[in-house]
Amino acid sequence: MMMEKNTIKQDSGSTFIKVISYLCVAIFALFCLFPFALMISSSFMNEQEIVREGYKLLPKEISFKAYDLLLNNSTQLVNAYQVTIFITVVGTVLGLFMMSMAGFVLNRKDFKYRNFFSFLIYFTTLFSGGLIPTYILMVKHLHLKDSLFAMILPGVVGAWSIFLMRNFMKAIPDSLYESATIDGAGDFRIYWRIFIPLAVPSLATIGLFSALGFWNEWYNGMLYIDTPAKYPLQYFLQRMVSQTNLGALINSGAVINTADLPTQSIKMATAVLATGPIILLYPFVQRYFVTGLTIGAVKG
Amino acid sequence: MGSLARLMHTGGNIVREIIKNKVLFLMLLPVILYFVIFHYAVMPGAYVAFVDYNLNKGIFGSHFIGLKNFEFLVQNGDLWNITKNTLLYNLVFLALGNIIQIVFAIMLSEISGKWFKKVSQSVILLPNFISMVIVGVFAYNIFNFNSGFINTLLVNTGLDRYEFYSDPGIWKYIIVAFKIWASTGYGMIVYLATITGINHDLYEAAYMDGATTWQRIRYMTLPILKPTFILLLLFGMGGILKGSFDLFYNLIGTNSVLYPQTDIIDTYVFRSLVGQFNFSMGAAVGFYQSLFGLILVLVVNFIVRKVEPDSALF
Repeated sequence: MMMEKNTIKQDSGSTFIKVISYLCVAIFALFCLFPFALMISSSFMNEQEIVREGYKLLPKEISFKAYDLLLNNSTQLVNAYQVTIFITVVGTVLGLFMMSMAGFVLNRKDFKYRNFFSFLIYFTTLFSGGLIPTYILMVKHLHLKDSLFAMILPGVVGAWSIFLMRNFMKAIPDSLYESATIDGAGDFRIYWRIFIPLAVPSLATIGLFSALGFWNEWYNGMLYIDTPAKYPLQYFLQRMVSQTNLGALINSGAVINTADLPTQSIKMATAVLATGPIILLYPFVQRYFVTGLTIGAVKG
Repeated sequence: MGSLARLMHTGGNIVREIIKNKVLFLMLLPVILYFVIFHYAVMPGAYVAFVDYNLNKGIFGSHFIGLKNFEFLVQNGDLWNITKNTLLYNLVFLALGNIIQIVFAIMLSEISGKWFKKVSQSVILLPNFISMVIVGVFAYNIFNFNSGFINTLLVNTGLDRYEFYSDPGIWKYIIVAFKIWASTGYGMIVYLATITGINHDLYEAAYMDGATTWQRIRYMTLPILKPTFILLLLFGMGGILKGSFDLFYNLIGTNSVLYPQTDIIDTYVFRSLVGQFNFSMGAAVGFYQSLFGLILVLVVNFIVRKVEPDSALF
């Protein structure tokens, strides 16, 4: 078979298509990488060179000043990191627990109202009250203004993830559940001891999406958080970039001469530190994302 | 009488069901509470669109003014402008986005080098995972006046600096470019999954019959992708009034010079909340967006059910 394949002469058209494909994909991939590369190289640039000539892909001089300053005056950055890690961990764990229980129940064929509850969840993706009523509810009635939970609760569960979870649970054979019931195990026990261990790959997939969402959270931070010490990482970064005077964001002591402040490179260094963990983890978790994306798209 | 008896009977059934399956109900409770509090409790709040909102009096204590907020928005032209922008941006995102995704999915499927395929796929998917704040940083890094990458290039080639952040016309291209940049990987993988799902024997047979690569793409791959394409396009139409707030806000921010061509429904609603504290006006726009969004989804679903019943949402 292989021999035969190789002996059939390729027409020139297909070689052409192949070459074009390699070329276009390579160029587009570089295009995707370019902003990351520019961000990283800019973060290592000497402030004078940026002021004189602007951000470059290949700076003449390498300077660690921005990182030096950030790490030596890091109270705000560390705060932002702590906030982001806190909301990511709490939000993801809480969300996974809630959603996997819901997925388990909604998958149970002996649960009579599962269609009703599924629709109740589904309808929220079709119609929403809107930003303003949500804001009024969050601030006036739930008193979540300036609370870390204002960044956790709005995104803790998602309709799409619940249905994905339910579909994953479908793959677990009913006979397992039946034999456990005969052995006298209660519903929660069956969920905790049998379904959860079997659902680990799907929990990982949904958990990663959820964690990514919390890591990238800035919107609710912008809406609800007033105290700078409670800013999440991405919102901290956003403020850092839009600010021309960075003095407020970096607790510069007497050690730093403000005229010397690497204002431009520090913006990019902060961006690097905010993106870093995602890029470092990305190669290892990528396949989970791809599974999640394709299953989600096929199931719609 | 009969209906009351039936109602009591049903009620009794529910109670009995809850007692019988109390653990299951308890396990579902957190999620249901979440949706009731954060979604259903918010819905009556849409009433704020019909009042002259007074912070102290609350939504339902404020003075009812009917459709006045909507009239105002129509008269000052805001509603038309942001609707037009939202629709046009989304149409371009959808049409151009899907075409580019299909083209790259096909090209990727033609590539035989395993290593190259894997790495390029990962790289193209990467922008999908970073926050739009970072995208905003990238834009700043590339386009800002004093130190942006493009201005560095312009100055180095002896040209004048260009003030991107005060030219509204150019931002529609930048926004579309970043949207394509960020979303191609995801769509490409969806289409690629459809292509790889094609029965391999079919391709083998075509190959044996002497079909060229181009013929194979033209007469096999494209027709097979067509239903996915139409479905994604249709479902995209359902969300055509929803904006990508993340993207627009992080690229444009509060730069009002750029608004005429970059203001969409979601950024407008946001500003009416944060900048102007004009809750009622923002809520009116939000309500309009939700209502027409719902109608659009229902229409789209109706069409999908006619064309391909299996793919309909409900």
